[in-house]
Amino acid sequence: MLFASYGFILFLTLLVVVYYLIPRKHQWKLLLGASYLFYYFSGPENLLYIFFTSLSTYVVAVRIDTLQKSQALHLAENSGRLSREEKKAYRALAKSRQRKWLMLCLVLNLGVLAVTKYTNFAVANINSVLRTLGSGTRLSFWNIALPMGISFYTFQTMSYIMDVYRGKHPAEDNFFRLALFTCFFPQLVQGPISRFEDLSKTLYSEHPFDSQNVSLGLQRIMWGFFKKVVLADRILVAVNTIIRNPGMYQGVFVSIGMLFYAYQLYADFTGGIDITIGIAQVLGIKVKENFKRPYFSKSTAEYWRRWHITMGTWFKDYPFYPLSVSGPMLRFSKYSRRRFGDGLGKRIPVYVSTIIVWFTTGLWHGASWNFIVWGLLNGIVIIISLECQPLYDWFHSRFNVKHTFPFRLFQVVRTVLLMSAIRMFDCYRDVPLTFRMLGTMFTDFNVGELTGEALLGLGLGMADYLVLLAGLVALIAVSLLQRDGSVRNKLAVKSAPVRFAIYYVLIISILVLGAYGMGYDSSQFIYNQF
Amino acid sequence: MEILLEILSELHPDVDFESCDTLIDDNILDSFDIITLIAEISSEFDVNIPAEEIVPENFNSAKALYALIERLLDQ
Repeated sequence: MLFASYGFILFLTLLVVVYYLIPRKHQWKLLLGASYLFYYFSGPENLLYIFFTSLSTYVVAVRIDTLQKSQALHLAENSGRLSREEKKAYRALAKSRQRKWLMLCLVLNLGVLAVTKYTNFAVANINSVLRTLGSGTRLSFWNIALPMGISFYTFQTMSYIMDVYRGKHPAEDNFFRLALFTCFFPQLVQGPISRFEDLSKTLYSEHPFDSQNVSLGLQRIMWGFFKKVVLADRILVAVNTIIRNPGMYQGVFVSIGMLFYAYQLYADFTGGIDITIGIAQVLGIKVKENFKRPYFSKSTAEYWRRWHITMGTWFKDYPFYPLSVSGPMLRFSKYSRRRFGDGLGKRIPVYVSTIIVWFTTGLWHGASWNFIVWGLLNGIVIIISLECQPLYDWFHSRFNVKHTFPFRLFQVVRTVLLMSAIRMFDCYRDVPLTFRMLGTMFTDFNVGELTGEALLGLGLGMADYLVLLAGLVALIAVSLLQRDGSVRNKLAVKSAPVRFAIYYVLIISILVLGAYGMGYDSSQFIYNQF
Repeated sequence: MEILLEILSELHPDVDFESCDTLIDDNILDSFDIITLIAEISSEFDVNIPAEEIVPENFNSAKALYALIERLLDQ
């Protein structure tokens, strides 16, 4: 069920009405039922996967929690009798028992993700190797559909079980509550990847009808729909024309495709998250923000702190830190410093962790080489920029421009262009083709080709370009206003005619200017495929 | 504490680590700094800081970080 469809709007309306009519203590149970129903529409068999992941996570988390409590009790009861060494040995043994359970859970949950998402990728690569070796043997592809949102909910349950293991919070002892955390429907489409300690604060609470909250949530949903159906789905046509005809559209058109895709992805992904957070707010539930004006970032590292924030912090907290402070990595760090000196020797282990984590990030986005190359390039750009730091320091010691507007603007434009260029691997879905097309921006760049006729040949009319231009102005204006507080709160203190004029413009824009296909079904969100 | 302050100053010579208590909140230390710091602490103090201890409360100031090292040494 797509967010931008009649079916979903009906589903949501009914849910909200019933949600505020039933006794409040049953609200979270209704959400669980509604979430499973929503998920059922993505394919009935998908329910089995999500149920299995919820169950395995629940059982193991409760087991780890029980072990932690009994071990803490044992230490407290025997604190006078045990020596410091004995306590240390006991703690190590206790942690190792918990780690075995943790590993079991990770293997089970990641196993489901690996089988459903990566089997055919592995088969394709094995077949390539067999072909290269001259063997006539080929493995068959497995006919299996990727369950919707599996990458998101698997990561969400992994963060939950890791946090229980780390003692950050106790295990949830009610299976159905954990099941709701895993399948809360607004997040199933494209995240964000919530943490249990954040989402659980409001997910199970009793929510009386709060007209202000509902109004703010609806405004956020409208803004999300505007970005998705008016902007993202409109510019999608031009992006597809360029990407699907690489023989015809090269050079200057690749740069246009790159900028258009940056626009499309921003409107699509942030629009989807606006809808998710808006729906949650209508229900009285607080979901964490996933973006912080990412296109205003001045470096790649900053961009990744502001774009898809919940994914970035997930990769930082779970694979990056444990990998970087693991025994083997610390030993490698010591070796590296002995071998390469205190400067480079210190940085090499950090770079190794960075590359491993970005490889994993790429693989998480999709089971194909273009995503892996995309991930690796992000890591490489971050490393290069760190290695260039002395050069930047030298430049800033000579030229006092660091805090000037033109230099900041240069940094922002550079970051957007760099991120947009790397993202073309996501567009073309073919590594050699992407490199070739990016190359044509330097070898066949002819601005003269960019005539009005050529732009109209991309599938968009003059009216479409005007809508996209107005949309761009609106996106930039909202981002600028957001710098010192919520735009909706600012709007709330305006006079009624101003407020309602803006609401009506937004609603009419969605209804009249939305890029609707046959049967009024918008296209799926880009991040839904991950 | 002096050794720790030396390690920190090597990372960011321009920061007053004795008084600053918003090293994480103000993005003074990023994830790369934290990893470099943990590797340095491991070799200087012979103590391993596990991933679960990498939380803002432990890294926001030199004092908090030193308290963490002492706690881990004591365990």
